[in-house]
Amino acid sequence: MTGTLPSQVTQALGPDALLQAYRTMRTIREFEERVHEEFASGDIPGFVHLYAGEEASAAGVCSHLDDRDAIASTHRGHGHCIAKGVDPIAMMAEIYGRVTGSCKGKGGSMHIADLSKGMLGANGIVGGGPPLICGRALASKQLGTGGVAVAFFGDGASNQGTTLESLNLATVWNLPAIFVAENNGYAEATSSTWSVATDDIADRAAAFGMPGVIVDGFDFFAVHEAAGEAVARAREGGGPTLIEVKFTRYFGHFEGDQQLYRGDEVANARENLDCLKRFRARVTEAEQLTAEQLDAVDTEIAALVERSVVEAKAAPKPGPGDLLTDVYVSY
Amino acid sequence: MARSISYREAINEALAQEMERDPRVVVFGEDNVGGTGAPGDMDAWGGVLGVTKGLYGKFPGRVLDTPISESAFIGAAIGAATGGLRPVAELMFIDFMGVCFDQIFNQAAKFRYMFGGKAVTPVVIRTMWGAGLRAAAQHSQSLLSVFTHIPGLKVAAPSNPYDAKGLLIASIRDDDPVIFAEHKMLYDTTGEVPQESYTIPFGEANIVREGPPNRTDVTIVAIGRMVGIAVEAATELAAAGIEAEVIDPRTTSPLDLDTILESVENTGRLVVVDESNPRCSMASDIGASVAQEAFGALRAPIQLVTGPHTPVPFADSLEDLFIPDAQKVIGAVKTAVDWSR
Repeated sequence: MTGTLPSQVTQALGPDALLQAYRTMRTIREFEERVHEEFASGDIPGFVHLYAGEEASAAGVCSHLDDRDAIASTHRGHGHCIAKGVDPIAMMAEIYGRVTGSCKGKGGSMHIADLSKGMLGANGIVGGGPPLICGRALASKQLGTGGVAVAFFGDGASNQGTTLESLNLATVWNLPAIFVAENNGYAEATSSTWSVATDDIADRAAAFGMPGVIVDGFDFFAVHEAAGEAVARAREGGGPTLIEVKFTRYFGHFEGDQQLYRGDEVANARENLDCLKRFRARVTEAEQLTAEQLDAVDTEIAALVERSVVEAKAAPKPGPGDLLTDVYVSY
Repeated sequence: MARSISYREAINEALAQEMERDPRVVVFGEDNVGGTGAPGDMDAWGGVLGVTKGLYGKFPGRVLDTPISESAFIGAAIGAATGGLRPVAELMFIDFMGVCFDQIFNQAAKFRYMFGGKAVTPVVIRTMWGAGLRAAAQHSQSLLSVFTHIPGLKVAAPSNPYDAKGLLIASIRDDDPVIFAEHKMLYDTTGEVPQESYTIPFGEANIVREGPPNRTDVTIVAIGRMVGIAVEAATELAAAGIEAEVIDPRTTSPLDLDTILESVENTGRLVVVDESNPRCSMASDIGASVAQEAFGALRAPIQLVTGPHTPVPFADSLEDLFIPDAQKVIGAVKTAVDWSR
């Protein structure tokens, strides 16, 4: 299921949807490239893990989701947040630890969340999200909202007990859940070809009685199609799906990672596989969007991300009064 | 109208009344129905000790069995709580926190703070704690202090049927994650419990046995099953002319330290009875807080009556030694009362 797709898939996406998909991916890329730059300047505290290179996954899956639906993310969560509609201005402020941030500066990069958007949080614990997503899916089922729940997790989390238990529970309870294994080739510095005992993570779906598919994670349309099938099945009561999205990340595990363990796959991916380049080539060749339309998005997003950094830097940090609030509902 | 029912029945009644009142309340855990997918009867168990028995018949579709997958279903309860349900999940034994603790302490407990006050996670995790059932080291622990340590969690540990019902209803209605710890040796104990629904607020200790004004010699704080042991000790001490006030905190998070301090201001002596291991326990926590806040009132060193720093043993001869009894409490009280500089 890589590369070329039936033309009806692209045809099914109208110009507005295509432009929105491009805007999502471009926003993620611009945001992450900028965080990379700003982190190097020393202004951003703590750990950041960048999603650049993986944009097609978040954008392709979330393009099927609406307000009824929830997602759980990972430590590499900025892309999922943007794709689920979290405000990038508030996200950048959060990454800078400012009170105007998505979480008032109390969460940081690894905990950006916006529950009003169904974004259940980036998550600092590898494998933290899948059990929560079983719960969100159960809630949708019990309350009859028609909503689905999506757990994004990495190849590292594919080996966690929480993830495997959740795959089992999702089938046993027949939940409207989708498990998106983002296999970027490395769990921190350890290769997934070594740490994952099966050839593919998707192979594990059979063990849990659900469909498993592998998609080219650099291809928005491939992800979009696979996710569309999974979301439709979940909404109709057909149960969960495991989708393995294969790609590579453009940066290290975290910013500051010297990446001595890597080969030259990033240069090749940026040059030949990049999801934004491929998307642009495809939609312009098919005359669905013009280069000018896409350029206009690029300009718009560059301005948005620039504004996010300027505003974040100017925003105040949380004050002493913020230390002791938000622990419980009562304080 | 009060009737006498068991601790088990009081918990079951609280669950049934809340499920009746609020369709968002769902109940699940290992064998909480008992029999799902099996050829025989549904509702065969109602939980391993029968606490949820009968709920399935009243609320089909809202009482679920789970695979033995604590991480998945405790996490699912937490996730569901963020999505509009008010789940009551059963972690069969508190000892099993070891296979699902991440979901409790890194996820549920921290959502509200790390998401900037925007998350509400109304989940209740019912769990069985304590020694005495010859259940040995992995099914007998008293790990309340571990949960109490974590900001964002609330912890209730009822010592009698009346409190069990009122605290559980309060827990289900609470918008924060609650660990509801049921002592396994109390399930068959009985007491007066009103039929109608009622709540007991968190953070309000119960003075189980009031000492006589101005001549009470000692404050005894006891938790869970130890409350009964402390009352037994106090009764025997009274016969010997030593008057004790017995306080049951009922919830360890939040902890009603004020009631304890007020009592110690009057008595000048404190004995804390906690069947857990001694280090970093509720006993050491309460003892340290009283030493810090009421040092001037103390007339004797604070006495802590706890289990030893060992796993809970299996053999009855050893388990009986492990668990504090009335004689140990009496000994500690006498040490405090007899103490002089």
